[in-house]
Parts: sequence; structure tokens; C-alpha cells
Amino acid sequence: MSFGPKPWQQLHWDERAAANFILGGTGAGLLVAWAVSAAVTPVWQAYVLAGMACIGLGLGAVWLEIGRKLRAIHVFFHPQTSWMTREAMVAVVLFGLGLAALVSGWRALGLAAALVAIGFVYCQGRILHASKGIPAWREPAVTAFIVTTGLAEGAGAFLAASAFAGSAHRAGLAFFALAVIARALGWSRYRARLAHGASRRALDALDPAGRILMQLGTIVPLVLAVAGLAFGQYAAPAGIFAGLLALGAGWYLKFVLVTRAAFNQGFALPKLPVRGSR
Amino acid sequence: MTRWAMIADLRRCVGCQTCTAACKHTNATPPEVQWRRVLDMEVGEYPEVQRVFVPVGCMHCADPPCMHVCPSTATKKRADGIVTIDYDLCIGCAYCAVACPYQARYKTDEPSFAYGEGPIQSEAARFDAGRYGVATKCTFCSDRVDAGLEQGLTPGIDPEATPACVNSCIAKALHFGDVENPDSNVSHLLAENQFFRMHEELGTDPGFYYLWDKKAESAA
Repeated sequence: MSFGPKPWQQLHWDERAAANFILGGTGAGLLVAWAVSAAVTPVWQAYVLAGMACIGLGLGAVWLEIGRKLRAIHVFFHPQTSWMTREAMVAVVLFGLGLAALVSGWRALGLAAALVAIGFVYCQGRILHASKGIPAWREPAVTAFIVTTGLAEGAGAFLAASAFAGSAHRAGLAFFALAVIARALGWSRYRARLAHGASRRALDALDPAGRILMQLGTIVPLVLAVAGLAFGQYAAPAGIFAGLLALGAGWYLKFVLVTRAAFNQGFALPKLPVRGSR
Repeated sequence: MTRWAMIADLRRCVGCQTCTAACKHTNATPPEVQWRRVLDMEVGEYPEVQRVFVPVGCMHCADPPCMHVCPSTATKKRADGIVTIDYDLCIGCAYCAVACPYQARYKTDEPSFAYGEGPIQSEAARFDAGRYGVATKCTFCSDRVDAGLEQGLTPGIDPEATPACVNSCIAKALHFGDVENPDSNVSHLLAENQFFRMHEELGTDPGFYYLWDKKAESAA
């Protein structure tokens, strides 16, 4: 029984915070997508650099949002329980490995950075999960969704870039298909669990983006990928469109999740006062 | 052990917002920042309609989500249960604000004043640049509590040691005291009345209780 005021959209985290989840997930996914097909990918440094740039831009966007920018170093003070601290620490390791790979030309360091990137996007999922004030975020299934959509977005970016460069290959395509399917499953599970936890308004905001994710971000890209395989002469444009659609659908849903569907719980009175009883 | 807690008697609160005004006056919070708010809820459908006034703010949880998520350790919990913010450590990321299930936290990026662009005399006298760009919230008037204890006073009983909102309540709806002390004012109220805490299902163990009915004679 709830008699409280209706939940309202949180305004503390805006587009800048959303950019961190969008670019961080994509950057991490791009590193992983490259790592999966590292053996057959030329100019690997470009992908490692692009992945790190995405993550760096995302972190830069969230830095613009904090109130005390010159104290940003304090973000490292609470690794015991804060997933934001852990995200920052993992980012430092990731950048260290990635830069070392680029400078030394040692590809194994890049692979290690990709491994750490999975940890980075996992931290992002846990950041949302730890936000107890937002029912749509605190649902545990959000972590799997954030991780899988990050991988799908990165795989999409990787597929589009490699198709554009004329270096697309089956390993990248297979990872793309797997990542997109995993994301669809992650979204379905998350959305099903939200049905009992989030407010109606949050679901109303999320559902259109969810439909876009499933249709334009999953089904159409998979069809395009298969068509590209079947009709070789169209492989490049099919790969580019498939990748960009998967990427854009994920970006849009995360944007909505942070800036449009982040309704708080409001207030609820399990009992009403019995006046005159005292 | 001591755990300071607050009680709001929903049967007594008349929604006058005096506690809100007293809090703003005591803590010099800027416009639109209300560490102690009183919700005005309308319940039911005509003709069975009831109006309920619900004081809210930081619940000073025993297991505060805001503290766990804070990346800078600015948010801490004292041994007496009061949840604090170190304004010199806070980076203003607002993670605590989205982690709080009670919408108790505020972040004001730019100074704002009640009348126009400049501060009035009282605002200028109490202006604190350190509170901008960081998270702020109800402190349970911990400075009053601490100062009172040093003088041998009892918070919740002696006004000099009691939060301003409680002191100001015209209906004696707000109470403050040590919930761990079985002889305290708040312990007696909880023993004599039925109560609930906001969003208890989240497991935050709030230090803010709402009385809604007396206990049955046999249970009291």
C-alpha cells in the first residue's frame, strides 16, 4: 500500500553521466571485440586507441558533472565499498596497459587491457545496481545488461569500422552476433524483472527504447550480417549498417535509462495515522 | 551505545512547516534546499479522503547506501548513528544522491539567494562557499547535540542540545533522543505506540520513526 507522492525523475545525473555509461561501455566492448579477433586484425593499435579514447571521453564527461573538479583525485579514496572508486581504479590499470601496449607494440598488453575492460564495464553495471534510490537501477539484472550492451556496442563499432576498412572477418562477425544476442537476452531478463520493481512511468520511458533495441538493434543487424555473408558484394555496407544500428540502439537505451527512466521511489506510508488516539 | 533517532508522530503533525523554516534558519540552507521537508499527502478518494503530513529528510540509516557508494569517503557514520558529510572531501559527484532512497541529499552548484542575485544581510553573514558543489543534507543538528552533551545536557530533552526542527514543532509531533536507551523519551514513545519506518524493505535500518497509532492496551 503506497500513499506517497508519485516518483519523479532524478536530476542529479544528466547527459554527462549518461555519456560515461555510453562511451565507457562502447570503449570497453571495442577493446574486447578487437581482442577476440586480434589474431586476424591488422592495424590493431587503432582499435586499442579508439577503445581507450571512448573510455577517456566518458570519464571526461562525468568529470564535467562533478561539483568539485579539482578534487577529482578523491574518487580513489573508497575502494572498500564504492563501485565508482573501483571503476576509476580499473580505468587506471586499463589505460596503463593500453598505453604500454601502444608504446611497446606488444600486442599481449593490449589483450590484457581488453580483459581489464570487461572489469571496467562490470563496475559501471554495479554503479547503477548500488543506486538504491532508483528502482530501475537497483535491479540486480541491470549489471548483466550493462555489460552485454557494452560488448554489443563495442562489437558493433568494431564491425562497422572493420567493414569500412575492408578488413571485416568471420571472427568479428561471430562475436558481433553473439554479443547482440546476449544483449537481447540481458535486456529481456532485466525488463522482466523490472515489471515488479520500477514505476509505471519508468517503464513507459524504457519500453520504446527497448523496442528499438530489440528491433533495430538486434533483429535488423543480425539480418544484415547474415545478408552480408550470403551476398559478398554487399558485405561492407551490410556490416557498417549492422554495426552502427547495434551501436546506436544501445546508446539510446542507456541514455534513456540514465536521463529519462531514473525515477525515484517516492514516499510510501504503509499505515495511515489514527488521529485522536493519543 | 547511543543511537540518536527522530520520531514524527503523524497523528500530531499539522503540516505547518515550522520545522522546515527552523531548519533553514538554523542551517542557512539556500533556496530550494530543505533538509527538513514536510510532505503534504492527499490519500483516498472522495468522500473518503484524508490528508497526511509527513516530515522527511535524512533518515540517518544504520546501513546508509549513501556512505557505501561515496567514492571519496566524505560520507561517514558516527558511532552515535549520525550520518555526516565532510564538505572538504566531497567531490560533488552526486552518487550519494541517487543512492539515497529518501531524496534527502542536495547539491547546489551555484550560490542562489532568496531575493534576487545578491544576498540579503543574513545570507551574506552566513555564506559558506564550502557548501557549494558538494552534497548536503540534514545533520540532526549534530553541532547542537555535541555542544549540548559537552555541557551535560540531554539531547531531545534540553532544547539547547536538540535539533532545531524538534525544538520548533508547535504540535509536539517531532521528538529526538537515544533509541538505544530504554529509558529515553523516544524509547518510551516507541514502546507505547505503533510505528513504521520509511521503505524498511530496503534494509537501510533508518533512524527516523513514524508513529501512527497507539498500541493496544494489552500490547503496550
